[in-house]
Amino acid sequence: MHLSLGRKLIATTFLSLSCHAQATDIIGAGASFPYPLYAKWAEVYKQKTGTGLNYQSIGSGGGIKQIQAKTVDFGASDAPMKPEELVKNGLYQFPTVMGGVVPVYNLPGVAVGQLKLTPTVLADIYLGKIKNWNDPAIAALNKGVALPDLRVNIVRRADGSGTTFIFTNYLSKVSADWKAKVGEGTAVAWPAGIGGKGNEGVAAYVQRLKGAIGYVEYAYAKRNKLSYVTLQNREGVFIEPNEASFKAAATYADWKNAPGFYEILTNEPGKDSWPIVGATFILMHKKQDKLASAKDVLKFFEWAYSAEGDKLSMDLDYIPMPEEVVTQIKASWKQMTDANGASVLK
Amino acid sequence: MSAPARPTYSHLADILFFNLTRSAALLVLVLLTAIIASLVHGSWDSISHFGFRFLFSSSWDPVASTFGAWRPIQGTLITSFIALLIGVPISFGIALFLTELSPLWLRRPLGIAIELLAGIPSIIYGIWGLFVVAPILMEGKRLEGLGITIPAIQPWLTEVTSGIPIIGHLFDGPPFGIGMFTAGLILAIMVIPYIASVMRDVFEVVPPMLKESAYGLGATTWEVVWNVVLPYTRTGVVGGIMLGLGRALGETMAVTFVIGNSYDAIDSLFHPGNSIASILANEFAEASDALHYGALIEMGLILFLITFVVLACSKLLLLRLQKGEGSNA
Repeated sequence: MHLSLGRKLIATTFLSLSCHAQATDIIGAGASFPYPLYAKWAEVYKQKTGTGLNYQSIGSGGGIKQIQAKTVDFGASDAPMKPEELVKNGLYQFPTVMGGVVPVYNLPGVAVGQLKLTPTVLADIYLGKIKNWNDPAIAALNKGVALPDLRVNIVRRADGSGTTFIFTNYLSKVSADWKAKVGEGTAVAWPAGIGGKGNEGVAAYVQRLKGAIGYVEYAYAKRNKLSYVTLQNREGVFIEPNEASFKAAATYADWKNAPGFYEILTNEPGKDSWPIVGATFILMHKKQDKLASAKDVLKFFEWAYSAEGDKLSMDLDYIPMPEEVVTQIKASWKQMTDANGASVLK
Repeated sequence: MSAPARPTYSHLADILFFNLTRSAALLVLVLLTAIIASLVHGSWDSISHFGFRFLFSSSWDPVASTFGAWRPIQGTLITSFIALLIGVPISFGIALFLTELSPLWLRRPLGIAIELLAGIPSIIYGIWGLFVVAPILMEGKRLEGLGITIPAIQPWLTEVTSGIPIIGHLFDGPPFGIGMFTAGLILAIMVIPYIASVMRDVFEVVPPMLKESAYGLGATTWEVVWNVVLPYTRTGVVGGIMLGLGRALGETMAVTFVIGNSYDAIDSLFHPGNSIASILANEFAEASDALHYGALIEMGLILFLITFVVLACSKLLLLRLQKGEGSNA
């Protein structure tokens, strides 16, 4: 038994070494935000089933291009594709996991989570209207906190990213001014600030610059021990970012009435919801030429939504989709058909 | 070479060899044309949409799909200029010391050290710039072991230059530690080994007879270098500087780390900015909009053209210098 397992492992290792994309391997490409998780899932899944996943973290834009060109079995994107574009491209999408986006700061003398901000003040900071940390607008929210007399150094992403999409989508929802002047997107024309490359770039700048404020994925804030902001949510409650408040936002979201799962989890209702959360998405063709690989992809994600997959997500600080959403996702897989219009899942 | 009466084996081999080398040389031209063609093709969306406006527009708004190349062009030129401004005199000093003044036993280790500097990957320079150089520029550093305190360089520069008309304006700005100035500084360190090693090589080929004659006439070392060595080697020196400039214009990773990646108007050298290479590194992966993608490829085309113009100018300069040499002699 042991011997045969060992042999299998050796055999699969050799196979994967000799040929990158053999018939049984799933090929995916796209978003970099879920890459660590997809890589972990792929590793464990391969040990269990022998089916490998070759995922290239080339960015959401690249993922969309690759799936349109049909060079991959699935594309991955941090920003969901609009329903009308999905129809236009003959694509279908579903969310895999969620992540929270967290404003972080570097203020000497102000402890983790001690800084309270409202959505408007956060938007005004990023609009460049609030230039100093001891501004009355910030001081009024933080009575008893010794706010230093420091210039606000705005840090944001330099590269296009799903994190920026979620963050600017949130600012557009809470500030009419932001919506009119800047808008939302994976890259925007920032009114002020310096740009870091990747979450790690923003985290590094915030750690280095006194008076800096930036926004990063929750995992980066947690691992780099950055001071996060306590943010006021839609119900007026000041809430801290953590797994529970992210999950709350996802459950309040109205997935049922969102065609193509086009749902951005920002500014969701609920007293216990963190207001800046987003899911990352998988894109596949609705009509599948390669039936076997489509089935392999769905089998892979079915396992990924299992308790085992969820545990791996949480280990890496991603938030698994709530159970009722997973049920909806699995039901929606029936839409996917082969060339003759018969459902793939039969 | 006159043609032999009948083809022999060695003659055929000659023809074969000639054609092989010719096709290798032609390959360069073919590749160059192919690159230009694909850049133009890839950027056609943007070229036809924006036209010449693209070059001088300073707006870069992916949401509204308006793009302009002015800020990155500006950033590329400014950082490269700073790099040469700092790098050329230092390289000149290094080359001069190594060829004229250094004791013999020190020449080899110093020469190897400079070549090693050229071998460091650019991302290492970037990380070093961000985590070591930038904090020192911003707030200085106390080296406990040595008992030395390095002053905060940017605030110091602001203070010293304030009041001087144009220069004071250049150094007036919040000391972020990252920005155009830091990028130029890191680039200077990166181009020094290139310029210095070319300069050293050409200084070494100056015939000793010429120098000794000048010394014999009672010239000082400086006079020998300025009046004999430099005029004799100026083509090589200009070539070395252009090699460094070429590297500075296209440098990507190190600049991306320290330039600050901002499209803001540049009101001082301490301001964060961007360069063509850095925005390509940053935005290419996520540019899904056709116009955004086209604009980025057009930026690549522009960088290509800038490099081409720089090389062409240096060739012209060299031609003029060579003519001058002929008449002087």
